[in-house]
Amino acid sequence: MLRSLPAEGSGVSERIRLAHGSGGELSRRLVHEVFLRYLLDPELARLEDSAVLSADGLDGACGALAFTTDSYVVSPLEFPGGDIGKLAVCGTVNDLAAAGARPLWMAAGWILEEGLPLDTLERLVRSMAEWSAAAGIRVVTGDTKVVPQGLADGAYVNTSGVGWVPQGRCLGRQRVRSGDRVLVSGCLGDHGVAVMLARQGISMSAHLVSDVAPLHGLVQSLFDAEVDVRWLRDATRGGLGSVLCELAQGANYGIEVEEQSLPVRAEVSGAAELLGLDPLFIANEGKMVVVVPPEDAAAALGAWNSHPLGRDAAVVGRVTEKHPGRVVSLTPYGTSRIVHLPAGELLPRIC
Amino acid sequence: MCLAVPVLLKQKRDDSGTIDLGGVEREVSLLLTPEAQEGDYVIVHAGFAISVLDREEAEATLSLFRELADSQGQ
Amino acid sequence: MRYLSDFRDAAACAALAERIRRLAHGAGEMQFMEFCGGHTHAIARHGLRSLLPENVRLVSGPGCPVCVSSQGDVDRAVALAGRDGVTVVTFGDMMQVPGSEGSLQEARALGADVRVVYSPADALRLAVDCPGRQVVFLGVGFETTAPAVAATVLQAQRQGITNYSVLSLHKLTPPAMRAVLDAGEVRLDGVIGPGHVSTVIGAGAWRFLPEEHGLGCAVAGFEPADLLLAVAELVRMVVEGRPEVANCYRRSVSDGGNSRALAVMEQAFQVVDADWRGLGVVPASGLHFRPELADLDAGARLALPKLESREPAGCRCGEVLRGVLEPSQCPLFGSACTPESPVGPCMVSTEGACSAHYLLREAG
Repeated sequence: MLRSLPAEGSGVSERIRLAHGSGGELSRRLVHEVFLRYLLDPELARLEDSAVLSADGLDGACGALAFTTDSYVVSPLEFPGGDIGKLAVCGTVNDLAAAGARPLWMAAGWILEEGLPLDTLERLVRSMAEWSAAAGIRVVTGDTKVVPQGLADGAYVNTSGVGWVPQGRCLGRQRVRSGDRVLVSGCLGDHGVAVMLARQGISMSAHLVSDVAPLHGLVQSLFDAEVDVRWLRDATRGGLGSVLCELAQGANYGIEVEEQSLPVRAEVSGAAELLGLDPLFIANEGKMVVVVPPEDAAAALGAWNSHPLGRDAAVVGRVTEKHPGRVVSLTPYGTSRIVHLPAGELLPRIC
Repeated sequence: MCLAVPVLLKQKRDDSGTIDLGGVEREVSLLLTPEAQEGDYVIVHAGFAISVLDREEAEATLSLFRELADSQGQ
Repeated sequence: MRYLSDFRDAAACAALAERIRRLAHGAGEMQFMEFCGGHTHAIARHGLRSLLPENVRLVSGPGCPVCVSSQGDVDRAVALAGRDGVTVVTFGDMMQVPGSEGSLQEARALGADVRVVYSPADALRLAVDCPGRQVVFLGVGFETTAPAVAATVLQAQRQGITNYSVLSLHKLTPPAMRAVLDAGEVRLDGVIGPGHVSTVIGAGAWRFLPEEHGLGCAVAGFEPADLLLAVAELVRMVVEGRPEVANCYRRSVSDGGNSRALAVMEQAFQVVDADWRGLGVVPASGLHFRPELADLDAGARLALPKLESREPAGCRCGEVLRGVLEPSQCPLFGSACTPESPVGPCMVSTEGACSAHYLLREAG
C-alpha cells in the first residue's frame, strides 16, 4: 500500500531534511529564518564559533569568557582516526580556540540508544577522557539520557565549552580588510572522506584517517608569533568553501581563492574524482582557517608549518574589494567562477 | 550521467578487480572489459570498467598538446 | 593521478584557446551544442566559456539523464519509495529531483527507505544483505550506465536473487540528438559528442550528424584540454566547410565502441519509445527489460501504475534541454528556482544546465 504522502502544495518542502544539517545554504536559512527570528541576542547573531562574554569589571576580572555548544552525530560511531568521544572534545576545543580562547571547561550530554553495547560506550567515554586530558580541557559536568531503539543512531553527544579570552584580544569579521590573506591549516576533506568511506554503500577503502584533532595549540602558535589574527574559524561541515561563503556574505569585501593552492591529499582527491565531490566543501574536523594582514601572512604560515598539525598549511586566498559578498575561485586557466554555498547534502553523484 | 575516471587496475580476479586512484581502492566489475589486465588503466563508471585506456592514444594526444604549447611559446 | 592531471595542463589549455581564437578569427558566428551534461558541468567548473572568442558560443543539450526523466517517472520512483517493505536505491543525483509530490529526499524525510550508492553492484549487494526487503534500483542513465545496470540484472537472474529489481528509465542519446535537430528550433554549427556514452556506442554512432545534417561532431573527454581540443576541431570543420566526426577522446573511445557492453545491454533490454522531459515521446529512445526478464522489472513486479504527471507550472526546463532557451532567460531562474528549492530538474543535477549556470557563474 502507498504510504500517504502529502498532496501537492501541502508543505512537503517545509519539513526538515538532512540537507538542513549539512552546513550549506539550507542550514544558513534555518538559522536565520527560524532561530535568529526568535532568539535575538546580539552575541548569538554574530554566528561565530563561540560567544565571547566580557568579564571586565566582574569582581575585578580583565578579559572575557568564550562560551560554545555543539552536538555530535556521526555514523559510524568509531571511524578511522577517531570516534564520537574524541570528536566531541575536539569540536568543543576548536570552537573555543576559534574565539582566541584558552579552552578550560566543558559539559557533555550523552543521548544513548537502547541496545548500544556497553563496551562500545566505554570505549567512547575513555576516548573522551583521553582527549580532554590531552587538550587540557576538563569535563566538569554531564548528563545521560536513553531513548528507545531506533530513535538515535547509537549515541549522540551534546557539549558546551567555556574558555578564557585574554584581555585585549579581539577577533571578528568586522576586523577583516581588503588585502588580507586567507590561510588554511592543512589538507582539506580528510574527515568527510574518511567517514564517507567507512560507511556502507560506497565500498571504497583508503589509508586515510579523519583529521579530528584539538587545534588550540595551533591557534596559540599564531599569537606566540605575534600575528595580528583578524578572524579565525574551525572549518567543519560544509568545508572551507562554506566558511568562506559565510565570511563574505553581506560583507563589503569579496574573497578570491586560488584553486591550485588548496592543499588536498591524493586519497581525498581520488575519492572526490570517483564520487563527483568538490574538496572545497568536504568536512574537516581539524582544520582552522585564519585571516591575517598581508604583512603577517609569512609569519602565520611559518608558525603553522612548524607545528605538527599545520605542516600542510597554505595561503589559499585573499580578501579583495572586487565582487563584494562573494567568494570567487581562480582556476589555473586564467578563468574564474563564483563559489556558492552547497545547496544540500554532499552526495556521491555519477553524473 | 557520465562521471568516469581513469584508474589503475591493481589486481584482477576473473570478472572483477581492485582499482586504485590516489590511494583509494575499490572493487570494480570487469564484466564489460574482459580484456583488461593488471597494470592497465581502466575508465570506471559507477563501479564498472567501461573501457581500457589506450596508452598510445593518450600519449599521442598529450604530445599534440605539448607541440601546440611549444609552438605558441615561440 | 596519471591520465587525469595531464589533461588539465594550463599551458596546453592556453595554447588550445589561442588556436581556437586564430581559427575562428574573421569567421562568422558559430554555435555548438555540448550534448552531455558532464561536459556542461566541466565547462562551467573550469570557466571555459570565457576562453572562447565572442563568435564561438556553446549551448547545453539534453544530455543529463536526471534532467530528462519525465515528471511521471520521478513520481513513480517517489511512489515506490513510499511502499512498505521497499528500499529504493539510487545514485545521489536523483535524490533532490522534485516530483509532483516531492522528491526522494523528502520521501525519506517522511520515513521512506531510500539509499544512495555509487554503483548498481552495491544495490545488488544490499538486496543480498536484506532478504526481507524488496530492493529497487532506479535505473537512470544513458548508454554509459545501462550496461552496468544490465549486468546486475543478469547476475540477479543467474543467482536467483528474487528481491532485486530495477525501474528502468534508461535512455538512448542519438535519438534525442535527432529529436533536437528535427525540431529545428536551435541553430547549430556542430556538436560536442558525449565522451563516455561514445566509449560504449562508439564515435561512429554520430556519423549521422555530418551525413544527414551537415554538422560536425567532435567526441570529447571531460578535462579542460579535451574540451578545448574538441571546440578547436569543430571550429576548424566550420571554417573548412567539411563536417565530419572527429574523435578527440581516442584514449577511451573507438569507432565501434565497447562491443561487450553493447551485447550485455542487448541481452537485458529492448528498445522502446521513451518520454523525455522537454522532448516528449521520442521513438526508439528508451530501454525496457526483455520479456524473459520481466520479473526483474520493478514496475511489473510491484504493479506500479504508469503515472501521468504535469510538469511544474512556469518551469521551462524543456526549452533549456532543447537548447532553445538559456537558463538565465527562464523567468524562474535564480528567483523562484534555485538549487536549494529547485522547481525543475535542470536546477538540481550538478550537470543540469540551470544548476551549472547558477552555481558556477563565471565571476566578472
